[in-house]
Amino acid sequence: MSLDVDKIRKDFPILQAEINGKPLAYLDSAATSQKPLVVIERIFDFYARHNANVARGLHKLSEQATLEYAEVRTKVKEFIGAENQKEVIFTRGTTESINLAMRGWGEKFVKKGDKIVVSIMEHHSNFVPWQELARRKRAKLEVIDIDENGELNLSDAQKKIKAAKIVAISGASNVLGTVNDLRAIGKMAHEQDALFVVDGAQLIPSRKIDVRKIDCDMLAFSGHKMLGPFGSGILYGKEETLEKMDPLMYGSEMIREVTIHKSTYAELPERLETGTPEVSAVLGLGTAIDYLNKIGMKNIEKYEQELIKYTMMRLSEIKGLKILGPYNENKRVSLASFTLEGVHPHDLAAILDEQGIAVRSGHHCAMPLHARLGVDASTRASFYLYNTKEEADKLVDGIEKAKKIFS
Amino acid sequence: MEELYQEFIIELYKNPLNFGKIERPEMHAQLHNTTCGDQIELFVRVNEGKIEQAKFIGKGCAISQASASLFTSYLKGKKINELEKITKDDVLGLLKIDLSKNPSRMKCALLVFDTMKKMIKTKE
Repeated sequence: MSLDVDKIRKDFPILQAEINGKPLAYLDSAATSQKPLVVIERIFDFYARHNANVARGLHKLSEQATLEYAEVRTKVKEFIGAENQKEVIFTRGTTESINLAMRGWGEKFVKKGDKIVVSIMEHHSNFVPWQELARRKRAKLEVIDIDENGELNLSDAQKKIKAAKIVAISGASNVLGTVNDLRAIGKMAHEQDALFVVDGAQLIPSRKIDVRKIDCDMLAFSGHKMLGPFGSGILYGKEETLEKMDPLMYGSEMIREVTIHKSTYAELPERLETGTPEVSAVLGLGTAIDYLNKIGMKNIEKYEQELIKYTMMRLSEIKGLKILGPYNENKRVSLASFTLEGVHPHDLAAILDEQGIAVRSGHHCAMPLHARLGVDASTRASFYLYNTKEEADKLVDGIEKAKKIFS
Repeated sequence: MEELYQEFIIELYKNPLNFGKIERPEMHAQLHNTTCGDQIELFVRVNEGKIEQAKFIGKGCAISQASASLFTSYLKGKKINELEKITKDDVLGLLKIDLSKNPSRMKCALLVFDTMKKMIKTKE
């Protein structure tokens, strides 16, 4: 084992909980991860002992909050391999980050007839903003297809990306689990001088990512899927890209000087961060990053691959169960979505819940993908560094039980 | 949960009552539960102000489909001007399960009821 899961589990208070009288098996980390005690305490500590607004006061508390807030920006910068702190914009989550990219860059530079490229496996958050941008600008939305394994069809990508203005692709699919070849897609995008945007919501919690190696122009992700609090999100962007962007909102944090005739705006990163920031969430994210670094992203990746490999093997023993996406664990993050003959995903999720097993059911905010797969809904089990093979076994037993109820 | 998935619910899921279309129905509506994708299409044959036949087609979870089976049976013989008076509790009463702590499953159970509401509105 690449990490000490028993020790890790003790760091997460909620994992000691019972649900419906059974020990919780939390298999829904792709929706949101659980939080270690250190992160929860960080938020408590801030409000209990250090609460003050940032970048506003000269008093001790405000100065300290400002410094610690800035430190998190450095931690994020190092975590993703960005060049400097200006490239890290705090948002409230992935969706807001992508909307900032769409409104701030897309609205400014996309023109009638331009091509915006996404893929069929996108989460609505990386699909709808671009669809809306295309509608507003009368631009064309192109959708890269997947192959029979649930991987991006790279020859289709090559075709669709031709003459594109924006290419927006997820690092990993929240339904198929597929880890996309970002370097290959990025190369295609840059050959066409297109802006390359990555939705990292599912990839960043599980993999060591270096934005300079991927060579993406922007990367969006959420803190709450990587052990951090809700309300913490990031938009990374290359400095020269962010410099050209307009803010999403005006007022407050992003101001340099205001007169009744005109206003001038702050430098990056503040210029793109309007409003009082979610200080406690950002501080919590900093602690989450420390925690992940302490365990080691490589160890997490390795452990997750062992888990998903085992889970897929166990799931494939179940008759009538069909796993969506690639079978090879090297090509996926540690989640598995599936359908079960004769049992609707909602019924399956309800029966699993009765046994303390938390999974997600439905279309997982990926309706175009489900339509493409010809599946109305699916059940998704997702794993993180605190899950165990025993929990995968419980999942399998639970599914067998549901089958029996419906037989 | 065992209460939620009583045998008659499973049985209705596997062998629904009143499943199918009615050609040229007097009243008709279709509804989608956008959060989970469940679908119900309701067809009603009206004769002299009374429901002579009610049928449905649809897909979704056991609760939504069993509810549609029970509700279409319940509708038979009802006067059209009485439809307005049917309440959510009437529908939940047919299912004989307590969903008060399951707001998401409540939506499943009431999908057929909401479809009926839409049908009445369309008719007006």
